[in-house]
Amino acid sequence: MIEHALRGGRGYWIWLTFLGAVILVGLYFYFKQLNYGLGITGMSRNVSWGLYIAQFTFMVGVAASAVMVVLPYYLHNYKAFGKITILGEFLAISAVVMCMLFVFVDLGQPFRILNVFLYPTFHSMMFWDIVALSGYLVLNVIITRVTLGAEHKSIAPPKWIRPIIILSIPWAISIHTVTAFLISGLGGRPFWLTAIMAPRFLASAFSAGPALLVVLCFVMKRITGFDAGNEALKKLGLIITYAMCANVFFILMEFFTTFYAGIPEDVAHLQYLYFGLDGHARLVPWMWTSALLAIGSLVLLINPQTRNNRRTFLIGCIMVFLSIWIDKGLGLVITGFIPSPFGKVIQYWPTAPEALIVVGIWALGFLLITMFYKMALSIREQVEA
Amino acid sequence: MSISRRTLLKLVGATAIGATAERFISAHADTSTARILSKAVGAGKRLSRKKTAQPVRLAMVLDLRKCVSQLGCTKCIEACDKTHNIPDFGDSKDEVKWIWKEPYENAFLDQENFYLTDQFSNKKIPVFCNNCNDPPCVEVCPTQATYQRTEGIVMMDWHRCIGCRYCMAACPYGSRSFNWRDPRPFINDINPDYPTRMKGVVEKCTWCDERVDQGLLPLCVEACPVKAMTFGNLNDPNSDVRQLLKDNFSVRRKPGLGTSPEVYYLV
Repeated sequence: MIEHALRGGRGYWIWLTFLGAVILVGLYFYFKQLNYGLGITGMSRNVSWGLYIAQFTFMVGVAASAVMVVLPYYLHNYKAFGKITILGEFLAISAVVMCMLFVFVDLGQPFRILNVFLYPTFHSMMFWDIVALSGYLVLNVIITRVTLGAEHKSIAPPKWIRPIIILSIPWAISIHTVTAFLISGLGGRPFWLTAIMAPRFLASAFSAGPALLVVLCFVMKRITGFDAGNEALKKLGLIITYAMCANVFFILMEFFTTFYAGIPEDVAHLQYLYFGLDGHARLVPWMWTSALLAIGSLVLLINPQTRNNRRTFLIGCIMVFLSIWIDKGLGLVITGFIPSPFGKVIQYWPTAPEALIVVGIWALGFLLITMFYKMALSIREQVEA
Repeated sequence: MSISRRTLLKLVGATAIGATAERFISAHADTSTARILSKAVGAGKRLSRKKTAQPVRLAMVLDLRKCVSQLGCTKCIEACDKTHNIPDFGDSKDEVKWIWKEPYENAFLDQENFYLTDQFSNKKIPVFCNNCNDPPCVEVCPTQATYQRTEGIVMMDWHRCIGCRYCMAACPYGSRSFNWRDPRPFINDINPDYPTRMKGVVEKCTWCDERVDQGLLPLCVEACPVKAMTFGNLNDPNSDVRQLLKDNFSVRRKPGLGTSPEVYYLV
């Protein structure tokens, strides 16, 4: 099967070479980081998690979002998703690999990673997150391998795969729930200490993930002529719209509870994020960009006319993705540390090497998704021919 | 046969609810599972206080009235830094510190008071690891690189730590430091009797556990020119720390978080 990913036109190879080059740049800076230490990043004693963990959090959402195509297709037998379900699953695999790399590059002593399995610690949410993510990766690798393999041979997939697919549905929910527990169970970080964290993570995941899938479908349509089908895209649009509404609703809930209750330690974080605190406001323009993108996307997506227009629908999806990327992939994690437990505002901004390592991991994600999609589409074409 | 708390937690943890079980038990003390569990460990209403059954629970009492009278004194910090090979990077980004001074208002952030007595207003006070009885850092560590001694000291295994810094996110007191880069070139005068650390691991104050094992007091306690710090066994009613706490009003940092910090400040 994999041979299909190793055959392609000029454009395909140019794209893969470009991604490979970006990965190498990231790798180069990772070796620099390994040599110097994590001090090469913008992180500090006070802001001890930065872009790596923030991007990890965001990508777990993308990974979990596969459930939005898997569930209707396998549980409700919603045929229109037949063409894109495999794409959702491949997106999940790529996203989980990115997640694992984001955690890996964040470790001060990466060569000791196996200590997590050597000394399994059941009361640590980090342990459970690693277990959940590894399990989800294994499930999706098995599922895509078996279903696509069956398609390759033009036979029905074996019966035993169905329970595994069904298991992957709650598993997807679990990976993002445990990721929320990672930060929402810390009494000393009031910004994260909210029971709505897991629901909020799921809502943002189920809007940003399918939005990315829609964008990828549009790109593929242009490049390969692959058509996900009008009905499937429309249904995805509806899912994104509802999930985005829930996401924005949850964010507003945080605003109400924080500012109406007015507990100083809670207020300080949200104030820093959206309005600035003690004259420090580095994230403020980003967060308002995110807020405007969210509002704009809702206008485009809720209105049926713009949702059903391909161009405005695509713009709406891009806005959803960018809005949540800023909110979850930047603001949410960093602001948990600002102000510090001593009430001091010490800001954070990623350094160039740190950003390039992140870009390298994104490039690897795109490389995987490109090869997976190439493989899936080639097999389909072959079967149809 | 009594089951130790550690064994119990392992059992509960195996059912994947270890992290919340303790709270669940105290919140639903009347459910049958909770009854069995609390019977097994011989606990009363709150399991988290059970460790007082240990013969020794070390604690620190810091008389702030004595401390702030020594304006600008850093004897405790110097003694600690020198012996424990604390590097001096000269910037706050890479900073490693075990004991340091913070303004009273910042150390006691949750006790906002604009009308503090002149004695404490804008005065810097020593802060260091509280060696909590219920340490959140130990709860979150994925490798048990940070763990608790039976006497209560929260320890750090620098050789097991993977450098994920989850403990730093969990600590409500900002007591933990990470080696963002190799600290060795930045140690002014290396003390060969104490290990230096490598880049990529977390470290913290351990109340000089290496000295405690030899029956010695922590360095900061010894270095204090006005004897503001007292170290001892909280479970011994006749200990110095207990006597001080009996005769003086004390406060702790963020006790409302349920971490049970074991540094008592006399005001």
